[in-house]
Amino acid sequence: MTPRITEIWVYLSATPLLGLTLTLLAYQAAYWLYARSGMNPLANPVAIAVAIIVALLTLTGTPYATYFEGAQFVHFLLGPATVALAVPLYAQLPRLKQMLGPALVALLAGSVTAIVSAMAIGWTLGGSRETLLSLAPKSVTTPIAMGIAEKIGGLPSLTAVLVVTTGILGAVMARGLLNAFGCRDHAIRGFAVGVAAHGIGTARAFQVSETAGAFAALAMGLNGLTTALLLPLMIRFWS
Amino acid sequence: MIGALTLLLLYQLAGEVLVKLLALPLPGPVIGMALLFATLALRGGVSDELRNTANGLLQHLSLLFVPAGAGVMIHFARIGGEWPAILGALVASTALTLIVTALTLRLLLRGKERPPS
Repeated sequence: MTPRITEIWVYLSATPLLGLTLTLLAYQAAYWLYARSGMNPLANPVAIAVAIIVALLTLTGTPYATYFEGAQFVHFLLGPATVALAVPLYAQLPRLKQMLGPALVALLAGSVTAIVSAMAIGWTLGGSRETLLSLAPKSVTTPIAMGIAEKIGGLPSLTAVLVVTTGILGAVMARGLLNAFGCRDHAIRGFAVGVAAHGIGTARAFQVSETAGAFAALAMGLNGLTTALLLPLMIRFWS
Repeated sequence: MIGALTLLLLYQLAGEVLVKLLALPLPGPVIGMALLFATLALRGGVSDELRNTANGLLQHLSLLFVPAGAGVMIHFARIGGEWPAILGALVASTALTLIVTALTLRLLLRGKERPPS
């Protein structure tokens, strides 16, 4: 009996099916918990799903690369989903035109704050050069951040993890922090979350309101653009 | 749905081609998003099919970050060794970025709303 099960496991663990199914199951379990908690930002579905997957992979001794062979199909959808952000963005076009100037200034302030504060705090706390360079693009959406990290000498796969963690942190902190500063306007809240916490913040913003989501999507796209242009120049200037 | 998905992939493809041709410092999907946004603004509307497909994809945007997030397991050693720097930088910098962006935008919008006297 046991050898048969081992055989089946050996066969299954070599196909992408397992990684893909595991991703969807873990996410649905995490989302169920998130919904049960009344969409409490602390029960972030990405964090819970990642914890479930990492625990299972570690327990079964499965390498991340094997898991990713299946999970890459989900990962791939980030591309078309990024393109799809144009649709909610278009729905906010009138509001967007109204506040374009202020939004661009706030974007620049936020973008520079994200880069400089991450590197300065990391450096003060003794982070290595590679870690600091991987931290610098942490507020930008995963595919852009990985591209930037590679360009400036960071570790793209570490950057991906830091980006996802930033997104989770932003999604968790945004409500309390922005309330504390009395920011009630959903457009402003969404925009700040999009600059600081990219796609995961945007996903959270969409669950709060369509306005917040659209402005988060806008900010995420613009911050990707700004950081991609700014960061390589800043690094060249420093070194 | 298939039509809308094809459209999204075509815009992504166009984005990727432009990035390669012009050596742009941005990923293809972001250029694809800008192109689709420009198209919608020029046409002045979104088809129901495209709206439904886009909303379907975006409703579970968080799912798409799970595979990259699980990559944390190959960096356990580095994170274990440098966790104060990593955690401190992520928490403080994300909070600062949220506050600076929100307050800057609010300040500028307030100035705009007030009629000049």
